[in-house]
Amino acid sequence: MYTTELGKTRNVASTEDAEKLAAFEARVAADEFIEPKDWMPEAYRRTLTRQISQHAHSEIVGMLPEGNWIGRAPSLRRKAILLAKVQDEAGHGLYLYSAAETLGTSREEMIEALHSGKAKYSTIFNYPTLTWADIGAIGWLVDGAAIMNQVPLQRTSYGPYARAMVRVCKEESFHQRQGYEICMAMMAGSDDQRRMMQDAFNRWWWPSLMMFGPPDDNSPNTAQSMRWRIKRETNDELRQKFVDITVPQAEAIGLTVPDPALAWNEEKGGYDFGEIDWEEFYAVVRGEGPVARERITARRKAWEDGAWVRDAAAAHARKRSRKQEAA
Amino acid sequence: MSDWPLWEVFVRSKGGMAHRHVGSVHAPDPRIALRHARDTYTRRMEGVSLWVVPSASIVASDPGDDEAMFDPAADKVYRHPTFYDIPEGITHI
Repeated sequence: MYTTELGKTRNVASTEDAEKLAAFEARVAADEFIEPKDWMPEAYRRTLTRQISQHAHSEIVGMLPEGNWIGRAPSLRRKAILLAKVQDEAGHGLYLYSAAETLGTSREEMIEALHSGKAKYSTIFNYPTLTWADIGAIGWLVDGAAIMNQVPLQRTSYGPYARAMVRVCKEESFHQRQGYEICMAMMAGSDDQRRMMQDAFNRWWWPSLMMFGPPDDNSPNTAQSMRWRIKRETNDELRQKFVDITVPQAEAIGLTVPDPALAWNEEKGGYDFGEIDWEEFYAVVRGEGPVARERITARRKAWEDGAWVRDAAAAHARKRSRKQEAA
Repeated sequence: MSDWPLWEVFVRSKGGMAHRHVGSVHAPDPRIALRHARDTYTRRMEGVSLWVVPSASIVASDPGDDEAMFDPAADKVYRHPTFYDIPEGITHI
């Protein structure tokens, strides 16, 4: 899964050693990797911490819409697969929290920021999963968009983030293929199943395009992030790529893209597509997504309900170390 | 005379890669451990960064537990993308 860089960076006048800054910029420009103990400008650290932790939060919250269907998967095979996928998302969250922690923010602070609503996560997870077909659509489209975003991040300038992305990308391919397989099965089924699949596709198409973030002309941090190699391609470039490879996949199984403006543009060698409803996007970013409140409530409840397990583990560790001391 | 403590040595082969375990050295303190590690393991430009970790700090799984630890993954082939058949002609997936 994935998150766009949603916060706005304040431009803080740097009082840091100009020489260090110049050396840092030169290293990044030469495609070198920055490691946790290397000197880095505060703004770089802050921007990365926010981006990686938002990405981690997205993985964690991303378990909820799919977890919703584990108990109702239509076969044991589908259930085992979905369970494995959701488990992967948890793993991805953990890789990313660990990477973010190397920048000096504790796990506890990040989780607190998520639960208090201060931290953002990808808007896509604030949409509900109404039918089984949604699970197919998510794997295929949402994970597909995530892959599109994450592949270039394997070359991002911050070493721990880049390495986490390598692991994530390796695992993500299964997610997309299992989703597409569900879509293929639905489209090869009854009229009702095909209708259900088309309905899910209609509902997930536009939110998936929004996953790439605001259009380039309204994405003030893009230039800085590109220069720092925190971002390697612009939102609109990635969105265009996604449309170009996804439309033929939809057509191949008989799905109709819910966009009357969609048309192949021979000249640019890509599809033209309709205007995205950015009002909706910004509303979801503000926390007005259809199930935004439900998601955070579920996260908080999971955290609170799990408190006794954390307490018990800590008590057990204390007991063992006392025993060892005594021995 | 007893041996100096043992240190595990990890080398980053080039920028962006993770450190990989290459072996160990004996040394009386972290500084000398680093120097020994350099002299022992990076004489031919094997790396751009070194880590040394006290061997006593490594917690390892018990080889006797291998089955219980790792076998559960063996029958979950659906975790691999190749488990899913995508018809020919459908690309980028």
